[in-house]
Amino acid sequence: MLRLEARPNPSKPMQALTPILAVLATMVAGGILFLLLGKNPFEAIRMLFWDPVLGEYAFYYRGQILIKAAPLIMIALGLSFGFRANIWNIGAEGQFIMGAICGGAVGLAFYPMEAFWIFPLMIIVGTLGGMLWALIPAFLKNRFNANEILVSLMLVYVAENFLAAMVTGPLRSPVGMNFPVSRSFNDYPAANNPELITGSGLHWGVVTALFLVIVAYVALTRHIGGFQVRVAGQSSRAAKFAGINPKLMVAICLGLSGALAGMAGIFEVTGPAGNLSTHLPLGYGFTAIIVAFLGRLHPVGVLMAGLLLAITIVGGDIVQTSLQVPKASIQVFQGMLLFFLLGFEILINFRVRLTIKGAA
Amino acid sequence: MNLIKSLLAGAALAVGLAGAATAGEKTKVGFIYIGPTGDFGWTYQHDQGRKAIEAAFGDKVETKFVEGVPESADSERVMTQMALSGTDIIFATSFNYMDHVLNVAKKFPNVKFEHATGYKRADNVSTYSARFYEGRTVIGHIAGKMTKTNTIGYIASYPIPEVVRGINASYLAAKAVNPDVKMKIVWVYTWFDPGKEADAANALIEQGADVIMQHTDSPAAMTIAEEKGIMAFGQASNMSQFGPNAQMTAIIDNWGPYYVERVKAVMDGTWSSTDTWNGIGKGMVGIAPFSDKIPADVQASAGAIRDALAAGTMHSFTGPINKQDGSVWLKDGEVADDGTLAGMNFYVEGIEAELPK
Repeated sequence: MLRLEARPNPSKPMQALTPILAVLATMVAGGILFLLLGKNPFEAIRMLFWDPVLGEYAFYYRGQILIKAAPLIMIALGLSFGFRANIWNIGAEGQFIMGAICGGAVGLAFYPMEAFWIFPLMIIVGTLGGMLWALIPAFLKNRFNANEILVSLMLVYVAENFLAAMVTGPLRSPVGMNFPVSRSFNDYPAANNPELITGSGLHWGVVTALFLVIVAYVALTRHIGGFQVRVAGQSSRAAKFAGINPKLMVAICLGLSGALAGMAGIFEVTGPAGNLSTHLPLGYGFTAIIVAFLGRLHPVGVLMAGLLLAITIVGGDIVQTSLQVPKASIQVFQGMLLFFLLGFEILINFRVRLTIKGAA
Repeated sequence: MNLIKSLLAGAALAVGLAGAATAGEKTKVGFIYIGPTGDFGWTYQHDQGRKAIEAAFGDKVETKFVEGVPESADSERVMTQMALSGTDIIFATSFNYMDHVLNVAKKFPNVKFEHATGYKRADNVSTYSARFYEGRTVIGHIAGKMTKTNTIGYIASYPIPEVVRGINASYLAAKAVNPDVKMKIVWVYTWFDPGKEADAANALIEQGADVIMQHTDSPAAMTIAEEKGIMAFGQASNMSQFGPNAQMTAIIDNWGPYYVERVKAVMDGTWSSTDTWNGIGKGMVGIAPFSDKIPADVQASAGAIRDALAAGTMHSFTGPINKQDGSVWLKDGEVADDGTLAGMNFYVEGIEAELPK
């Protein structure tokens, strides 16, 4: 029978191999799923993974992958710092929304003024908005030892309702026929986050996300702050001896991840989304948690994981349009990918042994 | 090499990718839906319209749809993808796709776009909607005649002109036959959320409503009405399977004829940008068969209203009508103009509620 045996050390080759194994396993299991739906499984898999990156219209999809990946990567970078220190910010979705509202409100307040500093100011205020929203669970944890997982998650729903109140109230567009949407940022150049090169998908948020990957990599591997985060996560006692203030660590990790989520929010609302509405939250803040773990909490891993998820999102739409499968089947497929990625992780720390019963 | 290729291709996209839109043998028709095709309401009816196109043209068309498309940049991607793969006409069936439709339309001048319930048009973007308020007049009449508690419960989605128009139309029709009628309105701020819709229905019943009307898409309220043994009206599609006893009739969105007409125009090369607002007369708004629980005289009077609206001899908003604050909106015999209806942001006199601003 099969038995799992702990490895003395995590296996390096397996660390590299498991993502590939997972993708292959997903292709097989997903292929069976599409076969059961009466579709050609090879065609479906090709559309999901190949077409967005190298297919006939990839010149368009590649940009779209960047648009979907940027907020995921930006948020996941912040989350992974906290997760390393065992500080669990589950409410990035709420911080994303608050960033979009705060930054968006600043831009709308200046309408229709044209000035070069409006957009940067919106980004700064949006980032601060996300940070302050995340500092609420930090404060409650440090002061009353409230669980930051619950508090940050609950604040997502508060943020969603606040957004609904804002777009049906003060921030509603005066020219929008009473619909619950704000003015369009795409029609207001000073507050717009446009596509920098037509067809490339690049907007300031994508550029910033890629830049932040490098910053995070350097900070984590070369900077004392990254060391402190890692120590705090591994042993709080050791952290104390190393002179790390645990309360400060909670505030920094939550504040930083909130700031990045807020920044992703304001970039999204001024660019791809185009206006504030109750349809703004698309679950980036939650998906980013998966991205952080898929990327093994490492900046480069987060970059790869963000791109992979974005590919399956873009590819999923291609399959849905071209093969006319229900949306739910694409979601099942994405779920399989995550399941296998996390499932195969066990091979890093364990090896599978075939043993014959009784012989041992 | 690849970089050059992608840059060139990007440039082709920017100037409009003229070739992508030219049809082969078949006319390609694309739909994007906000909800699932199985919502038994809004999206379901649009999908029925898509099937009507297939039934009408058979081998000459190829239709595709993508369901559950968020009103975000995702919708832009899905529409671009359809345009790139040679779709000739794209129907975008939710209001907030509006700016995204215009963005994509700019890049693909040869692809035709049809945007439901929007108000922004372009050379290759048409808008269309239905005069659902005519249906509201019919159900308002039935509700006013049939309510015993003199209380109508109304589940409203967003305080936009279309919804406000529906509330006013049904209230006026109910009031005309029952001066004591009251209307209770609950705003749920969603088009499709069975949980919230059910909560709203229960709240309205607790406040004494024995008739439920809804401007949301799921049959949740209908199932509650069936359970509680009260009356309700189907929204968007015939919901009698969810409330065989509760449903008095339903306002049916019948997009098929319009869709067939527009696809035909693309085939003939006669398509042009228009703004369409059709009602019962043109068949865009349908009234489901009356329940046999409605007394024969009410069936007859409601049927007469339906037929008069269809024939154009009656208008849902005919004066004298005052606004809620008592000021005169329409003088005796005056009929509301489409401009005022399209931007309606006030209640009529008699509704005891405050319109969320």
